[in-house]
Amino acid sequence: MPYQPIKFYQTGSFVVGNRLLDQNERSVQSDTERLNSLTSGHRACQGCGEALGARYALDAVAKATGGRMIAANATGCLEVFSTPFPETSWRIPWIHSLFGNAPAVATGIAAAMHAKGRDDIRVVGQGGDGGTIDIGFGCLSGMFERNDDVLYICYDNEAYMNTGVQRSGATPPAARTATTQAVGPNPGNVFGQGKDMPRIAMAHEIPYVATATVAELRDLEAKVERAMSFRGARYIHVFVPCPLGWGSSSNDTIKLARLVKETGLFPVFEAEHGEVTAVSKIRRRIPVEEYLRPQRRYAHLFGEHGHPETIERIQALADRNIARYALLDDLPDSLKPPGSAVGRQVRWQSEDLSEQTSAMAILTETTGAH
Amino acid sequence: MLSQIEGSKAVADAIALCRPEVICAYPISPQTHIVEGLSALVKSGKLAGCEYVNVESEFAAMSVAIGASAAGARAYTATASQGLLYMVEAVYNASGLGLPIVMTVANRAIGSPINIWNDHTDTMSQRDCGWIQLYAETNQEAADLHIQAFKLAEELSLPVMVCMDGFILTHAYERVDMPNQEQVDAYLPAFEPRQVLDPAAPISIGAMVGPEAFTEVRFLAHHKQMQALDLIPEIATEFQEIFGRDSGGLVRPYRTEDAETVIVALGSVLGTIKDVVDERREAGEKIGVLGITSFRPFPMLAIRGVLRHAQRVIILEKALAIGLGGIVSDNVRNALSGITLKGNTVIAGLGGRAITKVSLHKLFDEARADRLERLVFLDMDYDLVQREIERTKQQRRSGSAAENILRDVGVVAARPA
Repeated sequence: MPYQPIKFYQTGSFVVGNRLLDQNERSVQSDTERLNSLTSGHRACQGCGEALGARYALDAVAKATGGRMIAANATGCLEVFSTPFPETSWRIPWIHSLFGNAPAVATGIAAAMHAKGRDDIRVVGQGGDGGTIDIGFGCLSGMFERNDDVLYICYDNEAYMNTGVQRSGATPPAARTATTQAVGPNPGNVFGQGKDMPRIAMAHEIPYVATATVAELRDLEAKVERAMSFRGARYIHVFVPCPLGWGSSSNDTIKLARLVKETGLFPVFEAEHGEVTAVSKIRRRIPVEEYLRPQRRYAHLFGEHGHPETIERIQALADRNIARYALLDDLPDSLKPPGSAVGRQVRWQSEDLSEQTSAMAILTETTGAH
Repeated sequence: MLSQIEGSKAVADAIALCRPEVICAYPISPQTHIVEGLSALVKSGKLAGCEYVNVESEFAAMSVAIGASAAGARAYTATASQGLLYMVEAVYNASGLGLPIVMTVANRAIGSPINIWNDHTDTMSQRDCGWIQLYAETNQEAADLHIQAFKLAEELSLPVMVCMDGFILTHAYERVDMPNQEQVDAYLPAFEPRQVLDPAAPISIGAMVGPEAFTEVRFLAHHKQMQALDLIPEIATEFQEIFGRDSGGLVRPYRTEDAETVIVALGSVLGTIKDVVDERREAGEKIGVLGITSFRPFPMLAIRGVLRHAQRVIILEKALAIGLGGIVSDNVRNALSGITLKGNTVIAGLGGRAITKVSLHKLFDEARADRLERLVFLDMDYDLVQREIERTKQQRRSGSAAENILRDVGVVAARPA
């Protein structure tokens, strides 16, 4: 990523650490002065990826704006667990209106701020995948198309979790939900459906689109910070595991978020004005089984009566993403860093300084991992 | 200043004088001319400090207004018919949140069958949504009511719907005495929200409430709207002081003092009814009219006060409660609890059918002769309807009722080849 060339990872876990960085390069969450926009005491489930993602994302907005921000929230888990009156976990001005209108409410707030000459106050819209890509899709597309000055963040846990885990337009194929049961000849959700919201957002040619996962929270923060450097419509799609809906252990939330990226099933990238500008390469490619197996929503794919052909189809989806976004390290063998499975010798052949720099950045990442 | 202008233009100019900060617009006939007029005012710079947002649906229009109003901006939108229905979820939300949004509804029928012409089915469907509903009789009143609406809305922190008959008012060129900016500024203070999204004092708006408080919250919404029964006349009085015009108020009685028969109606049809009443008065009939300006809150006492000495009330309404009859009638009967008088519900003007003086005279003659049924459909061709009922009995797939009726009537374009 051009704005954070060096990332340090804790050995073995790939978790980004702070301790080796300068103070000003450390994460927002490591700052004792952070806003805690979504503060403790809310009622999210143990291991909730959405709560984690929202806290990091909004604190990063708060830091970028000096706390001059307003949030509009769609109906959903995030709204329900954070604000049962008379309690609220929000330390920012926050409004919940309806399930399908958060982007439009955000537009209204932004319009009001502009009319009042308060363009310093920035607006965030947010919601889950159902509120964003299904019922809120019209309002979201309208907000994008008008290029309203709103950052919209979708916390994607791939189903309607608040109502009891029903299928959404973001539910992946073969996943079991309350409305795509693991029964019949083709158990779980069907193949060939669903929306690729980040690409749809890009098709609006808005200034900034990014995807992120809660496994790489510093990356999420950096993307929020980047998003806030633009005016106009911006979209960040955050992959947030849901232990309740996915049938995964609450202590596996970060792991699953990491594995989904490492399989290629969830490409992590940035795009500006409709063009992909950066991708997070897969660090250690893994087969999709490794990601699917710990989740009970995919249990029907495994075991004696499993569906290996379905797993193959899911693998094909991952492979397609890898090809589409060039998610694998495409350095020639000669530039592979020492310790890599392919080549162990580093030989700098290019005289182009910028190429060297970019190769070095990747080198740092990769060597840190081993 | 006296102007000969289109109703929509008068409303657009009146809205502009109220210095709105956010206007969101989505086209639907017959409301379009209003937002087109406002767009021109914003784009030309005549209406400064206002954001004009072209949204992608009426649902978004109301949602943008909700966001803007919650952020402390004076917000306005306009809609009609299907558009009002499309935004219903947000309409309820705006009143629940207590946001003083003002919206014009250019009254129009609801499909299917699709029909773009005037009746009151759209706003009547929203009578219980928590918004104040004011119905304009003339374009002068439409312009004036919008100015009063902002004052009323912001005073109570409640949204106000100004209902004006589509086409009949919105597209009619009439003489309108347009207020000037100094007058409106003197009348309408700057918007001071009761609660606002502000980073300097963060609050959470729109959180969840369970059964332990919901009844009380709903009661308070009712209580708040009922305060408008006092406020609406006060605001109208104040309006008269500044603008020199009697406009607004809860109800408008006309020649009802000694009336044995009183016609109750809303909106532009009141003008025609008044003409008919004048003619019948000349012939010696004790007849009068009661126009209802504020349908929500419903001015129970004011209506009761006018009707209590009458012998017959004829409620003429431009909407049909399918399965019951009249909506306004039901409300008026509620106001007349314990009073015995003859009552008729007349469903008239549906989907733009003209309500003529001839038809009204015939109707009132029937009433006078005590031949009027409790529920009447003005100028409806009963034979035509009966023939269609027969067709549906004879054949399961008898086709579209609308198409069959048009063929039966002999509209040339609908004749089979």
